[in-house]
Amino acid sequence: MQIEKFDIIESTCVPLPLENVDTDQIIPARFLSATSREGFGGNLFCDWRYDNAGNKREGFVLNDPQYRGSVLVAGRNFGCGSSREHAVWAITGHGFRAVVSSFFADIFKNNALNNGLLPVVVPEEYLAHLLATIESKPDSIVRIDLGKQLISLLPDGEQVSFEINAYKKECLLKGLDDIDYLTAMKNVISAYELRNTLKNENRNNGHHPEGR
Amino acid sequence: MMPKTLFNKIWDSHVVRSIEGGPDVLYIDQHYIHEVTSPQAFEGLRQRGIPVFRPRKTLATADHNIPTKNQHLTIPDEQSRLQVDKLKENCREFKIEYFGPGDPRNGIVHVIGPELGYTLPGMTIVCGDSHTSTHGALGTIAFGIGTSEVEMALASQCIMQQKPKTMRITVNGALKPGVTSKDLILYIIAQISSGGATGYFVEYAGAAIESLSMEGRMTVCNMSIEMGARGGLIAPDLTTFQYLNRIPPLSTRNDFKSMLLRWRSLKSDVGALFDRELAFNADEIRPMITYGTNPGMGMPIDGTIPDEGSASFMKALDYMGFNPGSKLTGLPINYVFLGSCTNGRIEDIREFAGLVKRRKRAAGVTALIVPGSKKVEQQAKDEGLDRILEDAGFQLRQPGCSSCLAMNEDKIPAGKYAVSTSNRNFEGRQGPGARTILASPLTAAAAAVTGRITDPRDLLNN
Repeated sequence: MQIEKFDIIESTCVPLPLENVDTDQIIPARFLSATSREGFGGNLFCDWRYDNAGNKREGFVLNDPQYRGSVLVAGRNFGCGSSREHAVWAITGHGFRAVVSSFFADIFKNNALNNGLLPVVVPEEYLAHLLATIESKPDSIVRIDLGKQLISLLPDGEQVSFEINAYKKECLLKGLDDIDYLTAMKNVISAYELRNTLKNENRNNGHHPEGR
Repeated sequence: MMPKTLFNKIWDSHVVRSIEGGPDVLYIDQHYIHEVTSPQAFEGLRQRGIPVFRPRKTLATADHNIPTKNQHLTIPDEQSRLQVDKLKENCREFKIEYFGPGDPRNGIVHVIGPELGYTLPGMTIVCGDSHTSTHGALGTIAFGIGTSEVEMALASQCIMQQKPKTMRITVNGALKPGVTSKDLILYIIAQISSGGATGYFVEYAGAAIESLSMEGRMTVCNMSIEMGARGGLIAPDLTTFQYLNRIPPLSTRNDFKSMLLRWRSLKSDVGALFDRELAFNADEIRPMITYGTNPGMGMPIDGTIPDEGSASFMKALDYMGFNPGSKLTGLPINYVFLGSCTNGRIEDIREFAGLVKRRKRAAGVTALIVPGSKKVEQQAKDEGLDRILEDAGFQLRQPGCSSCLAMNEDKIPAGKYAVSTSNRNFEGRQGPGARTILASPLTAAAAAVTGRITDPRDLLNN
């Protein structure tokens, strides 16, 4: 199945200068009862965006008309906590294509990559510079070039490189997903199972002590 | 041969293929699923028109959103009922073993996996839940994954994963009376922060870890994710083997002896190099509580809230209604939650019951005592713990994740303080506006009978 291809984006940004933003804030647990991937965008950061009566909270960045765009810039350790992929679905559902931070929680990062949302890891100092620039000039435009692994502020900001593993980069550029790759190598997986069933009897034999 | 870490031994023996510059294709021995993070994965399989590759290697349980009362009745909340029904249907369609509410084997996924003998040393284990790290207590590589990866595991019994770095955390010395495994892990997280182990897989070692029971080890490994670690494991030893030996269908298997023999080799070689090494002293640890909105914001129960001044730090204190420099002992609290995959095991209920015995629930305190599984519930009853709880004014509920993430009706009201044995004190985690103070079962019990944040050692001595 295809995920949305990622190449180059140029966009204004939404700044969220908070650290340790956990996935419970990105999408609170009470919205996890849905059984499809759609419809989470409207509840992104729900409890920071709306008060108990459902009114917009002034002062939260998503309610600030100055800030628009498909790039979210957030403090370090973004996406920590629960493994819920719903957090990524909420972010993409809202229209973001990339999140920039100085580091991401591991599970969130994988979930993002599996959904075509680019996690851009930049040095702490650059993150601070980016946040300060966006906050003082909300119409600042950032350019993210996945092919060259570069991020910069337009028109002439410093170009900063970011890391991404080569395989995942290829998947994003071409819009490929891992499951096609894995299902295409089932023979190799079966051969692995055979080798290891002979070696390790407790593995790979459908061990169900109480189940059946 | 180069000395190897236990993590690398298990990981390397499960690599089906290494992709250059990319992740490994990692074989998964045991996959667990639950109602909340699996429906979209099954839907994906349907859209692709592919089956579950190895249905007997996935086990399903309903735990996250189920009520903890009247489980024999239909689930009242429509969305939750739909989700649980969906899991049951998916399991039937794709031939996966499923333990629904009320089944004697039902419970929180990370409680039932080990207690039913599905989790075995040396395995690779994944589940669409970040607390999958719990299973590392039995010497496994176990970690949480997202729903796309659940779909991978269902489709191919493999996931694509970048190999994490290794960290060893050695805890020397011995825990003092009244100080538990929960305090130990809250202490470590407070030392290295909620993102301090991001990118690493942790091995816990040292005398203080070795002296923990399996339940205590599970509590420690469970919260590895709360410092950002991919997972945490402990080399299997006599404690592990004795635990497994108590699971009858397992210990009576004719190959149990040969399994034991192989499990004995599951340890890091002397001289194995870790990417990072940390050491702590258990003697220094006091009962711990959290004062903020991530598990790294913890302090000794008799400590003083620090002053870090950052916007994120002040936002957290503001949410909690606390100030830098203040103490929390004596703070009136309204709710107590004993349970979750962190502290919902028999030992936790024993500790809680032991402290509240011959005492009474404080006026104005609502307590939720939720066993981690049907087996734990049954054992608590067999040991008479339910009677002790009732005599003290508490009631043992039915198993589930309950108030840990408050997907069911077990919510803490806005603005109220809850002393909770669960794993996360995030804003709104236990209900919109709820204020969570993480603690051990002993500290939770002390709060339940005094109505305040109370050092459990003060009660244990009397």
